[in-house]
Amino acid sequence: MQVNQFHSLFYAFTFYFFGLVAIASAIAFVTRKSPVAAAVWLVLVMFSLAALYVMLDAQFIGAIQVLVYTGAIMVVFLFVIMLLNLGNPSELADARGKWGYLAALLIGLVMLAEVMALTRSNTIDRMIPPDLAAKAAAAAAAPLAGGVIGPIAAPLFNEYLLAFELTSVLLLAAIVGAVVLSKRRTNAR
Amino acid sequence: MLVEALALSAVLFTIGVIGVLTRRNAIIIFMCVELMLNAVNLSFVALSTLHGATGQVFVVFTMTVAAAEAAVGLAIIIAIFRHTQTVNLQNINILKG
Amino acid sequence: MMIPAMTPEGAHPLATTVARLVWLLPLLPLLGFLINGTLAMLGVAKVGPADPSAGHDEHAHAAHTGGHDDHAHHAPTRHKFAGIVSLIGPGVLIAAFGLAVACFLAMRGVEMEHPYIVTLYQWMPVGDLNLAATFQLDQLSMVMVLVVTGVGTLIHVFSVGYMQEDPGYPRYFAYLNLFIFFMLILVLGGNYPLLFVGWEGVGLCSYLLIGFWFSEKANADAGKKAFIVNRIGDFGFLVAMFLMFANLGALDFGNVAAKAAELPMGGVMATTICLFLFLGCAGKSAQIPLYVWLPDAMAGPTPVSALIHAATMVTAGVYLIARSATLFSMAPTAQLVVALVGGLTAFFAATIGLKQWDIKKVLAYSTVSQLGYMFVAVGVGAYVAGIFHLVTHAFFKALLFLGSGSVIYAMHAAYHATHKHDDAQDMRNMGGLRKFMPVTFYLMWIATLAIAGIPFFSGFFSKDEILGSVFARAHGSTLADASLLGVPGGTILMLIYGLGLASALMTAIYMTRMMLYTFHGPNRTGEAERPHLAEAPWIMTGPLVVLGALSLVGGWLNVPALLGAIGPVGVLDHWLEPVVGEAALRTTLGAAPHMTHETELMLVGVAIAIATAGIAFAVWRLKPAALVAKKDAVAPQGIDRILENKYFVDEGYDKGIVQPTLDVSRVVLWKGLDTGIIDGLFVNGSALLARAIGWMGSQLQTGQVGTYAWVLLIGVITLLGAFTFR
Repeated sequence: MQVNQFHSLFYAFTFYFFGLVAIASAIAFVTRKSPVAAAVWLVLVMFSLAALYVMLDAQFIGAIQVLVYTGAIMVVFLFVIMLLNLGNPSELADARGKWGYLAALLIGLVMLAEVMALTRSNTIDRMIPPDLAAKAAAAAAAPLAGGVIGPIAAPLFNEYLLAFELTSVLLLAAIVGAVVLSKRRTNAR
Repeated sequence: MLVEALALSAVLFTIGVIGVLTRRNAIIIFMCVELMLNAVNLSFVALSTLHGATGQVFVVFTMTVAAAEAAVGLAIIIAIFRHTQTVNLQNINILKG
Repeated sequence: MMIPAMTPEGAHPLATTVARLVWLLPLLPLLGFLINGTLAMLGVAKVGPADPSAGHDEHAHAAHTGGHDDHAHHAPTRHKFAGIVSLIGPGVLIAAFGLAVACFLAMRGVEMEHPYIVTLYQWMPVGDLNLAATFQLDQLSMVMVLVVTGVGTLIHVFSVGYMQEDPGYPRYFAYLNLFIFFMLILVLGGNYPLLFVGWEGVGLCSYLLIGFWFSEKANADAGKKAFIVNRIGDFGFLVAMFLMFANLGALDFGNVAAKAAELPMGGVMATTICLFLFLGCAGKSAQIPLYVWLPDAMAGPTPVSALIHAATMVTAGVYLIARSATLFSMAPTAQLVVALVGGLTAFFAATIGLKQWDIKKVLAYSTVSQLGYMFVAVGVGAYVAGIFHLVTHAFFKALLFLGSGSVIYAMHAAYHATHKHDDAQDMRNMGGLRKFMPVTFYLMWIATLAIAGIPFFSGFFSKDEILGSVFARAHGSTLADASLLGVPGGTILMLIYGLGLASALMTAIYMTRMMLYTFHGPNRTGEAERPHLAEAPWIMTGPLVVLGALSLVGGWLNVPALLGAIGPVGVLDHWLEPVVGEAALRTTLGAAPHMTHETELMLVGVAIAIATAGIAFAVWRLKPAALVAKKDAVAPQGIDRILENKYFVDEGYDKGIVQPTLDVSRVVLWKGLDTGIIDGLFVNGSALLARAIGWMGSQLQTGQVGTYAWVLLIGVITLLGAFTFR
């Protein structure tokens, strides 16, 4: 994989732009009364994240983020909202009270502080493997085999084959479960 | 960019947490959980710039599992809605002890 | 268990004689207890308004009740098992006495240097302590066994007549047999713990028998009082045993004596052990300050008073000190204490006896006083004199008690016939009974002369020997050399001698007073009752005759050298010499106490003079004709009042000890500790705590997912915090 040189100003600007969009959309998402509006804002968050993925040199992930997450999962969410007719905002207003909001905000801030503390740059520095520069140079010298997908596909079907198969079983279980759970019972009421 | 990405991931995760704590609508809470999962995906991808493609492989798995989970979870919500005609979590307290 | 200086059991000369059956001695009365007890339980079982124990001491009414059932709470017929019990109860005693005599004869036939020890079984092999249950048969225990079984047999036979109408007849004999069993364990035990088993057992039987008619609260209270006061003494005995084991390393008599002889003379440890032992004796043998239970114990049936509270149980303390002779001889200060307390008790109780109106109370205080004499004797190291007085006292005191039992029996019969409810034991209601019960009259006079110390009756010899011993040791013994609280021992001994003389004088006075008021003068019982006053049946008078004979000739057991012309000198002295001789010699500094002939004659003369003076004084000053019946009696004034109310000691104890204890128990222990802390704080409190925690837990189970999400995230933050601040 190629290590991009992240010092370009354009790059930084784009990164911050999409980051801020993500945060703003997330805050908007969390504070909407209507589930449909919330879903749409979440879609926007996911788009921003997809852009960030691409910028972080995970183009495939960015693509499937749009395809799977926004295209499939969020669509399912919207379908369910529509099916159950939950779109009306007036019945669903929260009445948790301002103390609840403050407490939640406090918990969130504390967690953020802790996570930030844990991700100090020296922690990051310790995570950098010592032969990073050598690996980056070697990777830059050698052309990519299999294009962008290759580095993902190769481990997926080699080292993580078992996990891959298990995931397929998981999907099967999910499908069966979903069908069973949402079937209408026609005979025994 | 790594540090900024990780910071962004933390912030998004926190927003998701606040959403889970604050909202009462089951579907919105579910969507907040999806937001948290996305934040974690961002973390994985950011760190994969450092440690190789393994991070992205994990993101594939995470997304798959998120999809399965969304399907099943929504099916459950449908089933509950059919039973109680509401998705307001405060009214679903049959397990109250 | 190694017994140094004792020959192994198999080599003892007694081992081949009948004495090897010594274990059978206590077993026979135990058998009697089991059989009589079973019969008692098979009989009437309920306790209530028509209960078997509801009699009073005015119990044994005549067999002919006519057709009228006057006292609803008497069962007028004999118990259905009375016949068998009458055979078994006294029967086992007669058998035991026979065996005791056989053992005695066997003992006389051999040379006994060492005691004969029979090991029954290993009792407590624990660490350093290797205690076996052993019976020790030596000269001292033989004397005690003979007294216990002999006098016991007579009293059992007497009881057959006295208790014949009592609904609790089998129970009575069961308890009486149990008492003999425990008493024999006490005197035969070969080590202190086994003696203590007997000690406690006789205390138990005393309680059971004092409260025999327990449906009257006063009787039950008297039993409780006896037991509790005894307990205080038992504590002393236990502490003494602990000290003995800790310091001497042994608990059997032989080893304790051997180790005690190695202690420093007059040392602290020996003195402490002896003082604690004496505390036990003070409880069991009713000395100051623990004598208060004995007068109350008169609530029991009269034969019980005779057996337990005159002849046997109360003498256990004297026996104990005689057994621990070596130990006591190493602690002159303790000996002085024993003798002094004995002397004071003798004096104190005699003063109270001067003014008592209940015939049994007079005898009770007399017993306390005479026990004081015995403790004076063993206190000054004259163990033989003490045991001698024990034996003679058993004879004449049992005779006195049984005689008073006959009197009370007759008085009850009279009152029962006329349906009066006066006090049948009060001397003011008696008088002139010599006409109606001559046999009892003469026998009781024999006993009175004996106790007063008139020459050639048994009490004369024993009492005189005690007083003589005190006098002799005042001038040449370890005691005279020792001192108590700064007062030299010699002075104390002379003080004790003085107290002894004064008590002898008062003894003569109050006993004569008793006889005068009961048997002489006009009869105050009443016109209607007089025809019913009669002598008791022969089954009761028979034992009295035997005891009378013994009171007459008992003195020949230990004739002093001064009067050697009348019989063999010092029989008991020689008999007991192997057991207590060495300890006695240690007290008198190695030589037998020697007084010149003149001194001895003077002492004897003084004693005789005092005895006669007391009797004469009583006869001259006390006018039975001037007495009135109890119901018309005026309340006493001044010194009379103090003496009659026994110096208000019981009231003092009650106010000073009993009530505070009860108050502390009620307020602090019951309300505060038991109800408040244990019930409230611990029991209810822990239940409350469990409920509170449960409530707190249940508050978390809201059943809402939102709550669980909150809790989850708080947990996450805590975990992250642990990592962050590591």
